[in-house]
Amino acid sequence: MSEKHLPLWEVFIRSRSGLAHKHCGSVHAADAEMALQAARDVYTRRGEGNSIWVVPSGAITASDPADKDELFAPALSKIYRHPTFYEVPDEVGHM
Amino acid sequence: MYTQALNAISDEPADQSAEAARFQAQVDAEQKIEPNDWMPEAYRRTLVRQISQHAHSEIVGMLPEGNWITRAPSLKRKVALLAKVQDEAGHGLYLYAAAETLNVAREELIEQLLSGKAKYSSIFNYPTLSWADIGAIGWLVDGAAIMNQIPLCRCSYGPYARAMIRICKEESFHQRQGYGIMLTLARGTSGQKAMAQDALNRWWWPCLMMFGPPDSESQHSDQSTRWKIKRFSNDDLRQKFIDATVPQAHYLGLAIPDKEFTFDEASGHWKSGPIDWAEFKRVLSGGGPCNRERMRVRRKAHENGAWVREAALAYAEKRRARRDAIKIAAE
Repeated sequence: MSEKHLPLWEVFIRSRSGLAHKHCGSVHAADAEMALQAARDVYTRRGEGNSIWVVPSGAITASDPADKDELFAPALSKIYRHPTFYEVPDEVGHM
Repeated sequence: MYTQALNAISDEPADQSAEAARFQAQVDAEQKIEPNDWMPEAYRRTLVRQISQHAHSEIVGMLPEGNWITRAPSLKRKVALLAKVQDEAGHGLYLYAAAETLNVAREELIEQLLSGKAKYSSIFNYPTLSWADIGAIGWLVDGAAIMNQIPLCRCSYGPYARAMIRICKEESFHQRQGYGIMLTLARGTSGQKAMAQDALNRWWWPCLMMFGPPDSESQHSDQSTRWKIKRFSNDDLRQKFIDATVPQAHYLGLAIPDKEFTFDEASGHWKSGPIDWAEFKRVLSGGGPCNRERMRVRRKAHENGAWVREAALAYAEKRRARRDAIKIAAE
């Protein structure tokens, strides 16, 4: 097929006010406006959202799963970053 | 099911690398595999084939039902059928999106369907002769699809599992919609009841075939089971479907079109007579009543849409060029 491919867009939907946009899939569309319309038809047929973001797939930079250990392991040993690391005497009450 | 045409992957030796062992350990621990994770090439290939065949089935599946949109008996039935057919398109698109995360272009997958290289479910090669067929499809075909798809919600590949969760939620409406049609016909005139029975007679056996060849002949199950793509065997799912469907048919006052059909007290299961696997193979390999018609319509739709895709791209290109020109002028 010699036809030019329609660009790929990642779709993010806010399911209701107060929640963050969440990735839900992708669509193909020639431009942003059509991507929004396609995302609305494909991913919100039953009131699943009240706001949509579409982002060109190529614009996303992702971490490499192969680097997972270097990136995320250092956080695992830093238990002092959690409130449960610290003792508060019972007499002090809720803190 | 919708991927019943998958054959043996190949006889290639199993991957013995440390990566492969890590991958299998991850799968065994029920941790999902995500697009950028390392995966054996055969796992990726199997998934691309399975997910794309599944997507093709959803897309081709619109045709038998689309046949009745303009002839639905009431506005209520028409809007419901329209919504259902639109859902099938949506399901196809969720699945193409999931397949694309495995590094394959959608255009390539569609080309495989249109050239006849990729298969789709045998069930969509049967004609919809009466309105009752729309009821039978929703009740039985979507019912069988749900049986198969619920375990796929726990498939080891994250994007496929997530697509299946969305799809299963929507299929539930499809099945009730179909059963509702059957219920109305079954409570109607004797002519309407006969129409419902006739639809059941024609769709029953093809629906049992949807689960794919019997376990004794199914070659790809072992590897797919190890990879946690497949969780139940074809025969197990088929039996589950039969046991769930029979009481529903009895409630409608319809008879299962199988002379050897019996209830086995010992096992608590309904036992079906022999399935005509020669018919299954014939329909899957292109010899069903509607194979050529389905592909002809799909190809025509694709060709007729070419100018729209071209125009949309040209318009996007023109607007981009204009924006760039304004930017340059402003600098």
